[in-house]
Amino acid sequence: MTRHGAAAWILAGPALGVIAVFFALPVAAGLALSLTDFDIYALADLSTLRFVGLQNYAHLLQTPLFWQALGNTLYFVVVGVPVSIGLSLAAALLLASRFARWQPFFRTALFAPVVTTAVAVAVIWRYLLHTRYGLVNQGLAAIGVAPIDWLGDPHWSMPAIIVFAAWKNFGYNMIILLAALQAVPRELYEAARMDGAGALRRFTDVTFPILVPTFVLVGILTVAGYFQLFAEPYVMTQGGPLRSTFSMLYLMYEEGFRWWNLGNASAVAFLLFVVIFCVSWVMLRFDRDAPGRR
Amino acid sequence: MPGAGAPAGGGRRRAIRRIGWGSVALAGSLAGCGRGKADPEGPLDFWAMGREAEVVVELLAAFRARHPGVQVRVQQLPWTAAHEKLLTAYAGDALPDLCQLGNTWLPEFSALGALEPLDERLAAAGIPRDDYFAGILDTNLMPAADGASRLLGVPWYVDTRLLFYRTDLLRAAGHAAPPETWSQWRAAMQDIRRLAGARSYGVLFPLNEPDPLFALSLQQGPVLGEDDTRGAFSQPPFRRALDFYAEVFRDGLAPPMTNTQVSNVWDEFARGLFAFYVTGPWNIGEFRRRLPAERQKDWAAAPLPGPDGPGVSTAGGSSLVIFKGSRRKEAAWKLISFLSEPETMQRFHALTGDLPARRSAWRAPALADDPPSQAFARQLERVRAAPKIPEWERIFQEMQLTAERVVRGRQGADAACRQLDAWVDALLEKRRWLRSRRA
Amino acid sequence: MNPRLAVWLVNGLLAALAASTLFPLLWMLSASLMAPGASTALPTPILPPSPTLENYRTLFGGIGMGRYLLNSLLIATLATAISVTFNLMAGYAFAKLRFRGRDAVFRLLLGALVIPGQVAMLPLFLMLKPLGLINSYGGAIVPAMASIFGIFLVRQFARGIPDELLEAARIDGAGELRTFTTVVVPLLKPIVATLAVFSFLASWNDFMWPLIVLTDASLHTLPVALAGLSREHVQDNELMMAGSVITVLPVLLLFLALQRQYMEGLLAGSVKG
Repeated sequence: MTRHGAAAWILAGPALGVIAVFFALPVAAGLALSLTDFDIYALADLSTLRFVGLQNYAHLLQTPLFWQALGNTLYFVVVGVPVSIGLSLAAALLLASRFARWQPFFRTALFAPVVTTAVAVAVIWRYLLHTRYGLVNQGLAAIGVAPIDWLGDPHWSMPAIIVFAAWKNFGYNMIILLAALQAVPRELYEAARMDGAGALRRFTDVTFPILVPTFVLVGILTVAGYFQLFAEPYVMTQGGPLRSTFSMLYLMYEEGFRWWNLGNASAVAFLLFVVIFCVSWVMLRFDRDAPGRR
Repeated sequence: MPGAGAPAGGGRRRAIRRIGWGSVALAGSLAGCGRGKADPEGPLDFWAMGREAEVVVELLAAFRARHPGVQVRVQQLPWTAAHEKLLTAYAGDALPDLCQLGNTWLPEFSALGALEPLDERLAAAGIPRDDYFAGILDTNLMPAADGASRLLGVPWYVDTRLLFYRTDLLRAAGHAAPPETWSQWRAAMQDIRRLAGARSYGVLFPLNEPDPLFALSLQQGPVLGEDDTRGAFSQPPFRRALDFYAEVFRDGLAPPMTNTQVSNVWDEFARGLFAFYVTGPWNIGEFRRRLPAERQKDWAAAPLPGPDGPGVSTAGGSSLVIFKGSRRKEAAWKLISFLSEPETMQRFHALTGDLPARRSAWRAPALADDPPSQAFARQLERVRAAPKIPEWERIFQEMQLTAERVVRGRQGADAACRQLDAWVDALLEKRRWLRSRRA
Repeated sequence: MNPRLAVWLVNGLLAALAASTLFPLLWMLSASLMAPGASTALPTPILPPSPTLENYRTLFGGIGMGRYLLNSLLIATLATAISVTFNLMAGYAFAKLRFRGRDAVFRLLLGALVIPGQVAMLPLFLMLKPLGLINSYGGAIVPAMASIFGIFLVRQFARGIPDELLEAARIDGAGELRTFTTVVVPLLKPIVATLAVFSFLASWNDFMWPLIVLTDASLHTLPVALAGLSREHVQDNELMMAGSVITVLPVLLLFLALQRQYMEGLLAGSVKG
């Protein structure tokens, strides 16, 4: 097995080195940091650093702000992911339909927001959602809906960010689902049609079961991404109003870079990782035990 | 295979060497990339916030005339991100030479050991210490390891809170002069409300602004105990302030709103939604600009009432500091000297409305003959510093969140203060530990 | 369903979706050409009443957007060049070379994909400080010099290289490294384009890390500068829109030029091999 040993390590070395030094090492250091009380005093004088074991974690779990951040993040994930994937699926079904025309153009147009810079489009949407001058409220006014203070009302701020996030990244999953849809053999649809199945039956009996593994993949990727909510609240709402868009990463950023409690901030980051890991694992199990398989 | 062995071996070694040197060169060049700092002959790096940064650039022309050899590069930081940027810069060894620093941030940077003591420089420049408002200068004096106090910043402009009020509404309610004690204040508010009717209030205390409550608590006593290592919010001094504050809301004398919920503070003041407003110096200019012409004779400013007579208020404002790591401290001091001259302070005031920190700068007619500014001058003689600990900013915010809960009836005052004290105690645990270590 | 109706329905819905994705971007362009203050009129204009380049002049003049554009360009280009090189080498090694621990290490890398990058940010910041990389281009580039996803992509693609070609080269006496440079790299050209696009986009759009590591305003990349400006100039819609245009246009153009490679790479990465 070591036939190509040295050459392989030369070729793989630089990349692995970078990943080891600038990713693996900091992750391990982050875990270690979360077990200390690194704060502004330690920043000035390292001798004031103390090992505190799981105290940061215990303290976090007793902090209302932590639970609010977790709650907000879960709200964003639980509502936002289905919205985004639902939109992706709808778009993919439309594009894969035999009635669709100008597919390349539509595919590009629907995908465009994915490659844009989050900060730049968040700035655009901040103005589109302006209570008085935003085009969204003016459009709503045209159909008789009273203006909504999207970014200033704690009830509407997260929905606004959910809509924005769906707009920005539904194209990504759309492409994946589209490829999966186009891989479904036409014969299966023909057979179903000959059995008298309507469009809906064809979807539930043919399309959906074959798509489950892709759904799980897309689901895990999107969920993991959505848990990392930060740029949108940072630009659009600064975590407000009344902390309604304060996410886990925003908490980490504030603890770490506003108050310099690096111990606490690292603990937040690890707790986030644990949550993502658990959720992904549950979703993977769902794939294995999904109905309609084997 | 004969051919594969020898060339592969030599080629491998050569390749390793090449990659090795390549990486070193890359790392070296990347490390140097984009860093043009720490050059003693280079320009001074001066960080300032908001409008003050823009104005400083205008004042620099005169500075350049006096000190042609000193180049100054002003970087403007938005207030919303300045605190983070400064701490990140400290952590990354990327601090500027000198900087405008809100005086409530001084304890943090003092704890970090980042600030250069300025006692000797101030004395050598012949600037008399007692020309500064005493309470303001005090915010710049930090205890050092040996127990002595060092001056870590030079006050630049000052800020405090006092009463802006509607003179006509007060007079109509039967009060000729502004209130000087809490009971007079409450009585005035009740009389005004009785006259004006249901949908009006006595005072606006925005629920997201901690300064009014903090000013009231400063008038009563300390909020932290045991050498600023424990919370004392359950103690009588703060409780009295909180009770007065909460009762004002309970009696319907203040609207339970944040400053973003009040659609336009100046319109509402002009309309008489509230007669008193505890706010700062920037509103002198704003009131003149935004209130309608016919209202301009109906407002005035007065020092804050205290429990038994005119009370103290918060000691805010910004200082100019030099960072210890700077290689251009002499040049930085020249700029600070220039900005501290009374004439420069007067020009600065004319451009920004920020009040000068030196009493001698107040001789200008714009300040000496302006009644609202004179009210501030009187109040500035009675200001007290906040606790000089790095954790104060967080405690300050949490105090207001607690007060908001009490005002909105979500929690009783006793339970809320106990909870706040427990939270503060946990926050200050490290400070206690450090103190016991030193003892 | 009547086929003609179906055509109208399907394409109508697609057009509506496309309008919703493109409209904000087009309005961004339109608003950037409006005079300052023109967009805060009621009803909000969709097209500029009198187009002007004033916002761009302000951005490149007083605010120095050109500097931030250059920073973004420099950092993204360097990061892309280096990471494409490193990922190419490593991906091929994992695909075609046999060495001890290859499969175990690769599985470890795949597992590490789950870890969110932000976990590493704070310690990385502290680590880069003694290396002198804080507040320098290096600090922004160095963590991006290799990526697990990139290695994975290359490996997927490189597995398709016929072993006979490699054997032939070895028989001719070429060493492994020579084989790589002369035989393999030309065959990997398609994936290079995909990698480059992915890398460049990721680096250009990166926000949180440059926000943390680049403190000097003169080093800021476009997203960081834009976020800062958006907090300072809350009222200046048109200026912010122009800033967004400058930030978004380069990557949109890059994407349009290389969309085939980008989509292929996206799909290759999502099909777990």
